[in-house]
Amino acid sequence: MEHLLSLAVKAAFVENMALAYFLGMCSFLAVSKKVDTAIGLGAAVIFVLTVTTPLNNLLYTYILKEGALSWMGEDFAQVDLSFLTFLTLIGTIAASVQIVEMTLDKYAPALYSALGVFLPLIAVNCAILGASLFMVERDYNLVESTVFGVGSGIGWAMAIIALAAIREKMRYSNVPDGLRGLGITFIVTGLMAIGFMAFAGIQL
Amino acid sequence: MASNKEVFVDPLFNDNPIALQVLGICSALAVTTKLETSLVMSAAVIAVMTLSNLFVSLLRNKIPPSIRIIVQLTIIASLVIVTDQVLKAFLFETSKQLSVFVGLIITNCIVMGRAEAFAMQNPPLPSVIDGIGNGIGYAIVLIFVGFFRELLGSGKLFGIEILPLITEGGWYTPNGLLVLAPGAFFLIGFFIWGLRTWKPEQVEETN
Repeated sequence: MEHLLSLAVKAAFVENMALAYFLGMCSFLAVSKKVDTAIGLGAAVIFVLTVTTPLNNLLYTYILKEGALSWMGEDFAQVDLSFLTFLTLIGTIAASVQIVEMTLDKYAPALYSALGVFLPLIAVNCAILGASLFMVERDYNLVESTVFGVGSGIGWAMAIIALAAIREKMRYSNVPDGLRGLGITFIVTGLMAIGFMAFAGIQL
Repeated sequence: MASNKEVFVDPLFNDNPIALQVLGICSALAVTTKLETSLVMSAAVIAVMTLSNLFVSLLRNKIPPSIRIIVQLTIIASLVIVTDQVLKAFLFETSKQLSVFVGLIITNCIVMGRAEAFAMQNPPLPSVIDGIGNGIGYAIVLIFVGFFRELLGSGKLFGIEILPLITEGGWYTPNGLLVLAPGAFFLIGFFIWGLRTWKPEQVEETN
C-alpha cells in the first residue's frame, strides 16, 4: 500500500509528466491561455490516462510481451509480438478516446460540451502515449499502472492549471517584444520546473 | 502555390515548426541533454516525417476524410516502428538513452501536423520537400539546444571534453541547471526571443 502511495506521489510531483519529462507540451502551451479551458483539458487527461494505462498494461502483458501468448497453449509460448507495441498502444488510445467521447456524449452531455474539442485532441497528446510507454519500460503490474496513470494525470492537470493562472495574470505585465506569447511561456514553464524540482528525492 | 524552394526554405526560420507553429516540443526538450542524442533524434524525425508525408500524399485521394486521423496514425506508427528497430540494431546505446522518446515520435504533433496540413492537399514531390524542410527546421532548434546544454552543462561535445572541469583540475564550473529540465525551457525561450528579434514580423500581439 505504501509502495503504491509513494508511486502516485512520485508520478504526480517528482516525475511530473509536463515539467520533468516534457510530455504533452504541445497542448500544454497551446491550451493554457485561460484557467477554465485548462481545467477542462486537465480533467479529460486524467480521465483518459486512468482508462488507457491499465488497458494497455493488460494488452501488453497478455498479448504482446515475449512469451505472453503462452496461455493459448504450448505452440504460442515462443511468440514475441513486442515489435507491435507502438501500433497497439496508439490504437488502444485512439479507440478509448473515441469510446470515452461517445459515452460522455450520451450520458453526461454537460461535461461533454464543456470538454468540447479537447477530447479528440487527447489522442495525440504525448503524455498519454508516454505514460503507456513508461509503464512498459518500467514493468508495472496492473495495479501499479492504474496508480501511475491516475497520478501522472493529476500531476499534468495541476501543472497546466497553474500555468494558465500565471498566464492570465501576465496579461498586465510589460513583456519585451520578442518574448511575447510563446517565448515568455517557455521561461515561465522553466521557472515552474525549478519549483517542481524541490520535490525531487521525496520518499514516502 | 508556393514554389518548391519556398516550401523547403520557409520552415527553417520563417515558419519554424518549434518556434512559430508550436509543434513537436515534447521531444525537442527531452532528448537534448547531449548533442549526440539530439542529432540521432533529428535524423529519426526527418526520416519519419519525409516518408510519412510521401505516403500520406500518395494516398490522399483514397483516404476517406472521416477516418483520416487513424489512417495517418497507422502510417506514422509503422514508420516509427521501422525507425526504432533500425536504431536498436545499429545504435543500441543511443537508442537506450532516447528510451521512450523514439516511440513518442508517433504523437509528435510535428509529423501529424504536417501530414494533416500539407501532405493531405499536395502532390508527393512538394510533400517530401516539406517533410525534409520542416525536419531540418526542427533539427536546427534541437541542435542549438543540445549544443548549449552539453557544452555548458557538462563541458563536453559528443562526449569529448571541450571546457576542462574544475573537478578534473581545469577551470570550468559546469552549470548543472542546464542538464536538468528547466534549462531546456529557458534555452528554447531564449532561442525564440533571438529569432523574433531577428524577424520582428513573428512577434505576437498579446502575452
